[in-house]
Amino acid sequence: MFDNLSNKLQDIFKKLSGKGRLSEADVDAALREVRLALLEADVNFRVVKEFVARVRERAIGADVMKSLSPAQMVIKIVHEELITTLGQPRQLDLSGNPPHVVMLAGLQGSGKTTMAAKLALRLRQSGQRPLLVAADTHRPAAITQLEVLGRQLDITVHSEGDKVPPPRICANAVDRARKGGYTVVLLDTAGRLHIDEEMMQELEEVVRLTKPGEVLLVVDAMTGQDAVRVAEEFHRRVPLTGLILTKVDGDARGGAALSIRSVTGVPILFLGTGEKTDAVEAFQPDRLASRILGMGDMLTLIERAEAAFDQQQAQKMEQKLRTATFDLEDFLEQMQQLKKMGPLQQILEMVPGFSSIKDQVPEDTTEKQMKRSEAIIRSMTPAERRDPRIIDGSRKRRIARGSGVSVIEINQLLNQFRQMQRMMKQASTGRGASSLMGRFGL
Amino acid sequence: MIFKRPDKLRNSLTRTRQSVFGRLAGLLTQTELTEETWEELEALLIQADVGVETTVALVSSLRERAAREHIRQADRVQALLQEEMTALLNVPGRSYLPGEKRPLSVVLVVGVNGSGKTTGIAKLARYHQLRGERVLLAAGDTFRAAAIDQLKVWADRLGIELIAHQAGGDPGAVVFDAVGAALSRRVDVLIVDTAGRLHTKHNLMQELRKIHSVASRQLPGAPHETLLVLDATTGQNGLAQARTFGEAVDVTGLFLAKLDGTAKGGIVFSVVRELKLPIFFVGTGEQAEDVAEFRASEFVEGLFDQGGL
Repeated sequence: MFDNLSNKLQDIFKKLSGKGRLSEADVDAALREVRLALLEADVNFRVVKEFVARVRERAIGADVMKSLSPAQMVIKIVHEELITTLGQPRQLDLSGNPPHVVMLAGLQGSGKTTMAAKLALRLRQSGQRPLLVAADTHRPAAITQLEVLGRQLDITVHSEGDKVPPPRICANAVDRARKGGYTVVLLDTAGRLHIDEEMMQELEEVVRLTKPGEVLLVVDAMTGQDAVRVAEEFHRRVPLTGLILTKVDGDARGGAALSIRSVTGVPILFLGTGEKTDAVEAFQPDRLASRILGMGDMLTLIERAEAAFDQQQAQKMEQKLRTATFDLEDFLEQMQQLKKMGPLQQILEMVPGFSSIKDQVPEDTTEKQMKRSEAIIRSMTPAERRDPRIIDGSRKRRIARGSGVSVIEINQLLNQFRQMQRMMKQASTGRGASSLMGRFGL
Repeated sequence: MIFKRPDKLRNSLTRTRQSVFGRLAGLLTQTELTEETWEELEALLIQADVGVETTVALVSSLRERAAREHIRQADRVQALLQEEMTALLNVPGRSYLPGEKRPLSVVLVVGVNGSGKTTGIAKLARYHQLRGERVLLAAGDTFRAAAIDQLKVWADRLGIELIAHQAGGDPGAVVFDAVGAALSRRVDVLIVDTAGRLHTKHNLMQELRKIHSVASRQLPGAPHETLLVLDATTGQNGLAQARTFGEAVDVTGLFLAKLDGTAKGGIVFSVVRELKLPIFFVGTGEQAEDVAEFRASEFVEGLFDQGGL
């Protein structure tokens, strides 16, 4: 999409004159596309309008930098303005005397309970003594969920069942923290609708009794236009101090964060990036800006690669590349890791500039080829895998029989492997690095 | 009517009337058609999460029709828009669990994390109970902490049996046991819960595929419905969800959850337009009774209804 947006902008500027300086007409044509991209990212309609107006003001008459095309210049301005609007990252405010009370609030299913556990773990790692508080007495088994997570992480959970009113539970928990030497109290409140009067009053009561230093709104990254109204309403009832965006590991562009930040002025603190309890990241404005503009695909790809390839294996592989001892055994291992990232078709789609190539590759051929290569290598003896040069005609015939392919295909695979080895040797000596990068459009 | 659906739906839609669509309705009854009317119309649809592409398609087809039929009054346009939007949502030829009564119907429920699957299942179970059918639940979410307990609470409340394994177990095995149990206990409907998963997680989607095929291997034709639970608060990502879940497990229909907020699930217009998936149910609250069969005309009509304003 980002790719898409820059392409679209390039097309627009091709047709227009006004090189060197951005004219009003140029900018307006470009901003129509920007507007569309932001709406597709679920940025609120009103927020888009204001945002585009600000960009317009900055862009019209702006000198195009020598190194940039007019399209790139507009994107640069948009990106910068996005980063400014998203604001600077901030840590949890733990100043003053402990215990510090941190309250999580939000709609049903936004991810509060999971996030509470993640924050507790993070806090403990930074030397705090967190106390998790099960204040969701409404959803069936919400208390059990927090207790299970607490047990997994070995973090204390304060719960009083589902009969005690939540404000009471929270107040008791703060008392307990004070007496028991806990430094941070994390309140996991029930998911509620911003228009549910009774439930919003309950939340106000929790705030009144516990005086939280942080009131964090937990928002699903997939939220649409309504995010603004939800946030405004929560902010009106229990003044928010921060925002957490969850489920960022999906492909939602997360425009809700920009909307909420714009209308409430509340800073974004954390992003939830997975189901595991350590999957939480500090907010980085440039990264979220790229994502909202549609560069998230590339980020997803990087994240998937990080998840599929474990660090140690990567280092081992790098060592092998450097010393040029990369053999078919490693080739096989690499293929298996690649498979963990998902279908090749899907991966290609995510690489900028590759989406068009992907359409030329018939569905499943790459997958089939990989399976075939795997079968061929598995039919080789360990000695053959370590040193493919020993594979002569008779060995090839045996491998062909074992893997159910023709000798031609074995030759093809061995050729491919030799090419790869050569490329890697070049890459490791630095000569081929740029051409290798070029191959991947980086 | 077997349960309180009209009230619930009406109440939840009243709030819409007062919000985006209320403004829309107000706008349309006023004056003559101008360029501004069309722009405002687009803006309002986009703010209801209908999405740019679908909005542009809806509005431009409406414009053509208005020109063709020489319509100059804005309130006539409302009736037309209502017609077009209803027509869009009415997917022909597909009803929930169609055909003759089977000995056992299996309903698989899928969706992203936090979309409202478990609550939705409780509602579905209640729906079938009220139709006088015997229901069995399968706790296929073995991953999320206490997901099994959550479903168990609902099962106990509704007096329904639940087939569950240990947390962390193989969901395929749960489904295998559940189909077996459903057949031998001669229940009418088996509803299978699954763990929430983002549609971008390839291996989790593969797991879902496996669950689906376990069911169909054990009982040909099963699952008879695969419902995607879509959160009405969801924006444009809803379309990607529907696409990817659809590719993985052949989704047969939608359950639109959380329609009791101020978000109105306008994304369904894009989903239905592209994927031709019927919407079977809407969820309108936290209780098991808070469910209604989806009716396009009612849904759209409610959005425009001026009554009570």
